[in-house]
Amino acid sequence: MTRLLPWLYLAAAFLFIYLPVAALVLFSFQDGGLPVPPFEGPSLRWYADILSDDDVMAALTNSLMVAVASAAVACVLGFLAAYGLARHVLPGSALIRGLLIAPLTVSYLIVGLGLLIVIQRTGLGLSLFTAGIGHVVINLPLCFAIIYASMGAQQQNAERAARDLGADEFRVITLVTLPMLAPALAAAFFLSVTLSWDEFIISFLLTRFDVTLPVEIWSMLRSGLSPRLNAIGSLVFLISVTAVLVLEIFVFRKRRP
Amino acid sequence: MSTGHQRLKGPGFVTPALIWTFAFFVVPFLVMGTMSLATLEGRTLVWGLSLANYAELTEKAYLWRAIMVSLEITLTVTVVSVILAYPLAWIIAYRIPPRWQRLALLLAILPFWTSYVVRSYAWLLVLAREGVVNQTLISMGLISEPITLANTRFATVTGFVHFFVMLLTLTIYANLVQLSPNYRRAAMDLGASAFQTFRHVVLPLTLPGIVTGAFLTFVLCIGDYVTPQILGGNTELTVPQVIMVQLGRRADFPLASALAIVLMAIVTLVYILSARWLRLDRL
Repeated sequence: MTRLLPWLYLAAAFLFIYLPVAALVLFSFQDGGLPVPPFEGPSLRWYADILSDDDVMAALTNSLMVAVASAAVACVLGFLAAYGLARHVLPGSALIRGLLIAPLTVSYLIVGLGLLIVIQRTGLGLSLFTAGIGHVVINLPLCFAIIYASMGAQQQNAERAARDLGADEFRVITLVTLPMLAPALAAAFFLSVTLSWDEFIISFLLTRFDVTLPVEIWSMLRSGLSPRLNAIGSLVFLISVTAVLVLEIFVFRKRRP
Repeated sequence: MSTGHQRLKGPGFVTPALIWTFAFFVVPFLVMGTMSLATLEGRTLVWGLSLANYAELTEKAYLWRAIMVSLEITLTVTVVSVILAYPLAWIIAYRIPPRWQRLALLLAILPFWTSYVVRSYAWLLVLAREGVVNQTLISMGLISEPITLANTRFATVTGFVHFFVMLLTLTIYANLVQLSPNYRRAAMDLGASAFQTFRHVVLPLTLPGIVTGAFLTFVLCIGDYVTPQILGGNTELTVPQVIMVQLGRRADFPLASALAIVLMAIVTLVYILSARWLRLDRL
């Protein structure tokens, strides 16, 4: 009995963890109008429904654009800062590191609220662009931390060798540093894409007419449970999971000896 | 010559990120702090150095109540999540063969990577009146009438615990696998029972991982608007929900800012209390 106990616990835990996901995905194939038991189907009508819905598709495209663009900006800024701090002696570098990491400890709602107040004061309009700015704020600390942590002595030696052989700073970065950091950069990028893709509150506060997918889902939620929402939710989940699996397979697998 | 050259370049690399953080994080935060000291007269904003918004927090019952509700929910979620996650992390670290551990961990936290909105909606499906749980219990003959599960604090806590069990499993697992098995072997050799080994050896050594995960749970949980809004119904409001009400219906930015500052103050206080065991750099 005591031998079985861990496996029973594991089974119960996985049941708890996957119960909502299973309900979400299963009833996205519901043939009827309500995503509750009994299950009728399977039917793809709700997927056909959302794929032909212009608002949903526009929100999906917006979400992808904001996620990729904000992740790219966060990675570039994060990489430059990590390179500057890891390779050069700077006054107050501990303080700079603290400042760059600080947004991690503040909840998204507060980051969004602060930006909303400033944007309203300055008279700039709310748009996907302002939501993207917010997403860079929350992803920059992660990108910086991930890239900074993987800038080891091994890379530094290779960079020094390149410099001794006459490479200028630009060549050192593009031909030595960046290729050696590729796994960390990919990790930072995909993590940022996933977080931005899933993020709701900042997008909700900082967009107006064009919205991201979580915001679109939010406004559809007002009309209650619907297999349409299940279909969109399953799609969102599938895309997040794909990003995580790409990260796992192509980045972390390679790092293992 | 070359070192002088390098000194000039270092700041150049760091500047863009610093400007971004300063312009879009530090400045908005300072403006928000100033806003919390302003007041709203009718619909016009009056800048000043007034503590009226903070005084309102203790004077108006619904504001004080929201702070208490947030603290109760967050503490419940943190404690329950740690208690549920620890055995799961333990089983993955010590019962599953090493070559399958990474896969087991990946599977155990896969639903973690879903939007708060989608995850909360999924729990609504499970807990709704006609939902999976009620229908299952009825078909098993355990209940005859559906019980109210959605739109309660129970639903909010369940939605949160689901998310944070996955987060904590990850941080505690990371701590457990770093632990040398020799500690446990030594304790067992010296005659300690399995429970004694856990209580006096493993638990103290994994405390930093627990505290770090619990701190993250606390921070993310107390600041979340989506989960209580979708699952909790409107019978009781948390601080983030009250903030959103102030922003939406009343456009009372000063009061919303004051509430945000209070949230940050609570998080800072918890940070100071747990700083001794926190290992944020080792995440």
